[in-house]
Amino acid sequence: MAIIETKDLSFVYGVGTPFEMKAVNNVNIKIEEGEFLGIIGHTGSGKSTLIQMLNGLIRPSSGQVLLSGEDIWKNPKEIRKVRFKVGMVFQYPEYQLFEETVIKDVCFGPKNMGLSDAEALEKAKEALRFTGLKESLWEKSPFELSGGEKRRAAIAGVIAMDPDVLILDEPAAGLDPMGRDDLLEQILRYHKVRKNTILLVSHSMEDIGKVADRVLVMNKGNATYLENTKDVFAKGKELREMGLKIPQITHIMQKLKLMGLDVDEGTLKVEDALTQLIPILKTYSKKGGTD
Amino acid sequence: MLSDITLGQYFPAKSFIHRMDPRLKICLTVYFIVLVFSSKNFLNIGLVYAVILGAMAASKVPAKIYIKSLKPILFIVAFTSILNLFYGTGEPLVQFWVLKITLNGILNALLIAVRIIALIFVSSVLTFTTSPTQLTDALERLLKPLAKIRVPVHEFAMMMTIALRFVPTLLEETDKIMSAQKARGADMESGGIVQRIKALIPVLIPLFVSAFRRAFDLATAMESRCYTGGYGRTKMKTLKISKADVITMIFCAVFLAGFIALNIVLPKVVR
Repeated sequence: MAIIETKDLSFVYGVGTPFEMKAVNNVNIKIEEGEFLGIIGHTGSGKSTLIQMLNGLIRPSSGQVLLSGEDIWKNPKEIRKVRFKVGMVFQYPEYQLFEETVIKDVCFGPKNMGLSDAEALEKAKEALRFTGLKESLWEKSPFELSGGEKRRAAIAGVIAMDPDVLILDEPAAGLDPMGRDDLLEQILRYHKVRKNTILLVSHSMEDIGKVADRVLVMNKGNATYLENTKDVFAKGKELREMGLKIPQITHIMQKLKLMGLDVDEGTLKVEDALTQLIPILKTYSKKGGTD
Repeated sequence: MLSDITLGQYFPAKSFIHRMDPRLKICLTVYFIVLVFSSKNFLNIGLVYAVILGAMAASKVPAKIYIKSLKPILFIVAFTSILNLFYGTGEPLVQFWVLKITLNGILNALLIAVRIIALIFVSSVLTFTTSPTQLTDALERLLKPLAKIRVPVHEFAMMMTIALRFVPTLLEETDKIMSAQKARGADMESGGIVQRIKALIPVLIPLFVSAFRRAFDLATAMESRCYTGGYGRTKMKTLKISKADVITMIFCAVFLAGFIALNIVLPKVVR
């Protein structure tokens, strides 16, 4: 069953002013329980607005968001409960840190849910372990941490609420390449252990290609594609027209296919490319030997 | 919610008011504030309003934006009007306990409301049509005589520029932080006053932290461009009084003369 479903979901900014703009336009999507969904789209394509509607931070201009089949705005007073179920990690989440210590800050979400101090602490510790923040830092002030550590602490602050759906908006933005891969790895591990639904917004097609089961492509407020990652990245030309790219390795494999090699044009990982290319290379070198 | 605050925001457009010398605009703002305060009856305030509304129309800023700028001060208008409602003299129209409402009180309350709204409109014309840079540039020039008695005019002007420039930035940031904390279940819409103040802590602390960070970043950026204060600094764009400015000044002087004359003549005619 779909955990999140949207029906004709639209959002218009600045109604009645000269700046009126349709940010999200009649989006109908179904997000399956337990999937890892990548969301890509050019800047201003409506990604951010869309994800903020999914956890009730923005109220749609028209249409509905169904969470496990129920309209999240059915009872506006209960909207906080939706936010506990659909956790949201904003871009550069480190600006949300405010407590005296890291662990207290991570407890903020669980405590808002009404958990006791002990329960909240338990959740916080678990979340911090998931994000791989060293235990020696837990009692420090969040403002003493390095950029990457702050990021992990902030993400833990959302994970600690144990949401059924976790939305991450560019979680790796501004991190160094090592930090990027590490963080992505940790998110993937978290997804595998908890088996919850994850929505990852990213501009890095490489990252999306590595982790996502399916990909949602947003273009000018419309949900243009929602398909398996492989199938989406097979549409290199269409994506380029929207100002998007495909992972480098996919690009190479598509070119090779065009040149007549028998390879899969939906290849997303370097390792997968290798397993296809090595046998081909071997047959070529054999041919070379006999000729 | 927060983005609704338009007070003190520049609204670019091509109008005669936009092109006016900012120094003149500041002086005229003061001029209109004095006029508004010396308007003791509806005829006077009506005349002043006519000019203010004319300037608003000439500014090519949509009326909606002006009306929006009233929103944050509606409470003050209501509060002062209601206070004035009970301070009237003469025959009471309605009376309960020590509170009495008289015709004079109602008129006073109305006049006060109209005056405060006029003040907001006048300052809105100034801030909507003048970019913060122009504004402080003009202020610096106007206050220059004070530098003779060792008032650090340039530094004050620079502080103003920086403060104004960061208003929208910090508003945006506040919005962002509030969203992030709401996503973590922060409840800012319900509860008593103590609870609400407590709910602000998760917003205010990150906001201060980021404001300090921005301040340090800006200081570094300014120093690396060799900023050392006002001494010996020249201007790329010097302010000049244009023909249109002179015409505006003459118009305002004539208007003032008419306003004074009317106030001398009118009481004699009425009585």
